[in-house]
Amino acid sequence: MIASAFQRAKALPLSGKVGLALVIFWLAVALFGPMFAPYPVGAFVAYDVFDGQSAKHWLGSDYLGRDVLSRLLSGARYTVGLAAAAALLASSTGTALALTAAVGGTKVDEPLSRFMDMLISIPSKIFSLVLVAAFGSSLGLLLLIAAFTYVPGNYRIARALAVNLAQMDYVQVARARGEGRFHIAIAEILPNMIHPLLADFGLRFVFIVLLLSGLSFLGLGVQPPDADLGSLVRENISGLGEGALAILAPAVAIATLTVGVNLLIDAIGFSGKGKGR
Amino acid sequence: MSEAPHVEVKGLTVTARNAAGEMFPIVSDIDFALRRGEVLALIGESGSGKTTIALTLLGHARPGATISGGSIRVGDAELTKLDRSALAQLRGNRIAYIAQSAASAFNPSRTIMDQVIEPALIHDLMPRAQAEAKAVELFRALALPFPDTIGVRYPHQLSGGQLQRLMAAMALITDPELVILDEPTTALDVTTQIEVLRAFKAVVLERGATAIYVSHDLAVVAQMADQIVVLSQGRIREAGAAAQILHAPADDYTRTLMAAAHPAIRPAPEKIALPAAPLLEIRGLTAGYGKIGKDGRPRIPVLRDINLTIERGATLGVIGESGSGKSTIARVIAGLLPPASGQVLLDGEVLPPGLQGRSRDQFRRVQLVFQNADTALNPAHSVGRILARPLAFYHDLKGNAARMRVLELLDLIRLPATLIDRPIGGLSGGQKQRINLARALAADPQLILCDEVTSALDTVVGAAILELMAELRRELGIATMFISHDISTVRAICDDILVLYSGTMVETGPRAAFGVAPFHPYTDLLIGSVPEMRAGWLEESHAGAAPPPIGGTGDHPDLCRFLPRCAARVDGLCNTTPPPRRPLAKGSQILCHHGDESLIPS
Repeated sequence: MIASAFQRAKALPLSGKVGLALVIFWLAVALFGPMFAPYPVGAFVAYDVFDGQSAKHWLGSDYLGRDVLSRLLSGARYTVGLAAAAALLASSTGTALALTAAVGGTKVDEPLSRFMDMLISIPSKIFSLVLVAAFGSSLGLLLLIAAFTYVPGNYRIARALAVNLAQMDYVQVARARGEGRFHIAIAEILPNMIHPLLADFGLRFVFIVLLLSGLSFLGLGVQPPDADLGSLVRENISGLGEGALAILAPAVAIATLTVGVNLLIDAIGFSGKGKGR
Repeated sequence: MSEAPHVEVKGLTVTARNAAGEMFPIVSDIDFALRRGEVLALIGESGSGKTTIALTLLGHARPGATISGGSIRVGDAELTKLDRSALAQLRGNRIAYIAQSAASAFNPSRTIMDQVIEPALIHDLMPRAQAEAKAVELFRALALPFPDTIGVRYPHQLSGGQLQRLMAAMALITDPELVILDEPTTALDVTTQIEVLRAFKAVVLERGATAIYVSHDLAVVAQMADQIVVLSQGRIREAGAAAQILHAPADDYTRTLMAAAHPAIRPAPEKIALPAAPLLEIRGLTAGYGKIGKDGRPRIPVLRDINLTIERGATLGVIGESGSGKSTIARVIAGLLPPASGQVLLDGEVLPPGLQGRSRDQFRRVQLVFQNADTALNPAHSVGRILARPLAFYHDLKGNAARMRVLELLDLIRLPATLIDRPIGGLSGGQKQRINLARALAADPQLILCDEVTSALDTVVGAAILELMAELRRELGIATMFISHDISTVRAICDDILVLYSGTMVETGPRAAFGVAPFHPYTDLLIGSVPEMRAGWLEESHAGAAPPPIGGTGDHPDLCRFLPRCAARVDGLCNTTPPPRRPLAKGSQILCHHGDESLIPS
């Protein structure tokens, strides 16, 4: 299993390897980063605000004199963790509904698809703003908002794939064998749509990172003293004129994370197609 | 003979890079030469390199492949030495290419005329008006309907056979000196193939073009070629004059090809004492797509009034051209398409019309084998998983017992046991079709519905599959419904035959009745359209002759469906009154106004 994963990684084009490295790096940061944080997240440790790089503070200090590296390490955990969980939730819900629609026939497919069309017409940012304004910001709510916003998109892609696959001869054979819908969806259809779905998962992940960062930037995301990457950018916005590390570091972090995921899914999608699908 | 050959290929080698990055030859040491106006046929199975060679005559190698050695001379041009722009000057101008699938070679968004005259305009050979006049002349020469106005139509408004001829017009508009025809009739029905072949032959002869004809079908090649080159795995096995190759093949491989083209007639096994009810019986079946109207017919009817029976262990052949509804019969029996009216009885019991309500045992007894094993086997599963599923589903076989049975099945279909853990993607077409068959056998069925199981395979591989099926039938006594467009295959292996035209049964009867005239006019056309492996057959064959003129047809829904193409139609009878079903003395039943006396004794 690990050996085959390693084989696959070796077969990736250069851009894919770069993407994979970036993704692994950020996953590692999210998982273990806070353990290596030199200072507590909310502690005021520097005498200067927007301090430059130094041996004590590798990435300088922020607008209140807190250690940027420590805050970045904990912020990455929020961003990566929330986005991954929300993307997983959105993708699995969307795909499950899509499979239901594909094997359920017109009577299931039509209402479900029209309902999703309705959801897709709601602007995601406004929707999240309204919900956060109504219920107040919490991690659970952010997760649900992000997941809910991206279910219809995933549903559409997964349904298009599944409906096509449901017409394949091997699915017809399974139906003529008397197989139940559940078996057809899980054993016959799902394995053949995994590759494009993985690519879609990566895309959703990136969208969610950007959505959460955007919300945080507006002050509606993760609340202080905790901060995700987006709120780190926002709270240090006054340092922009000075070109402070405190604002550059989280901005670069968001960029490398999203670009890395994109590079990786592009490469995976490509090799998936190359396998004669 | 003193004249230098027009096209000469010497020591041609084309190489490609494999997955591991090594160069390996696809074709090697190809030599042939042909004089102006001659037709050379390249013949071989898929993967033999015949298309690769044909493309090199355009100076082209497919992506990943390169022409790495030898010389290709056409007239005074040495193609291997020309650069890109010089080749572009030749292509579509002095050398023209006609591809296998015309349907996908035409741009659906432009009119036929625009596309047909495009080569002439690109190469600045003549003004538009002159090119259009010439195109119309070619349409007429190729026996296309409405030659003056067909040019304003779009590709989707024309049939496959017409598009194939239009592609020939596109190729010939520049008066090329060399025409390359790459399997131009393979995708067509036999009855269309004969028309297209006639048109091609007439046009190629008339224009004196040199032609290279790529095909896997020796009988088709026999009609066209002066010389034949037999290829196998990228090498020439045998080359020579057409008559010599066809009548006195020197190479073993050529003989295998010849043998595979003529399936041996298999004797029907001894009939077992029959129980009261036949295994499968279909009564008054009508099926189709769309809403079912007040008269009990669906909006788009595919099958009308089908009645048939299959005895235990017997084989019923269903023949028809594409669109005749032959696959739909299998889909209805399997329950994938509920019929609009009529009944399907298995062992005397009425089967529920759709999938719902059928018991697992009813599912088990009828198994469906699809034509295309590439799409009928789930690419995400391994061989073992595909074969184990019916075992677990029908027989509750799991774990080691299931694995033992899978190995037995692999042995039954003559595949090595080591394939068990292979993914489907790694198998050849013939191996996949065997797995496809084995999956049906795993259910331990009483009836297998085989839908064109050999059509997608090479002749030799297809013959092996038929051999295997006959053997399985002898050993296991499974009844088969064998759906095919190929009447010679069906005549060779089936006990009873049903000819389907546009969803109606036009002739049914025991196999013996299909060996002697008279036939229903459509059966006659089908049998007459199968090319024979001798030169001159095309000229002698009367199949596909123009039907006699008739007056307007009434709008009765049960009028003869074959009327527009029938050579024996009678004005005032066939176009006003639905045909009766009547028996012939030879033992078959036909749906026709004609009887024994009035049918053409061909």
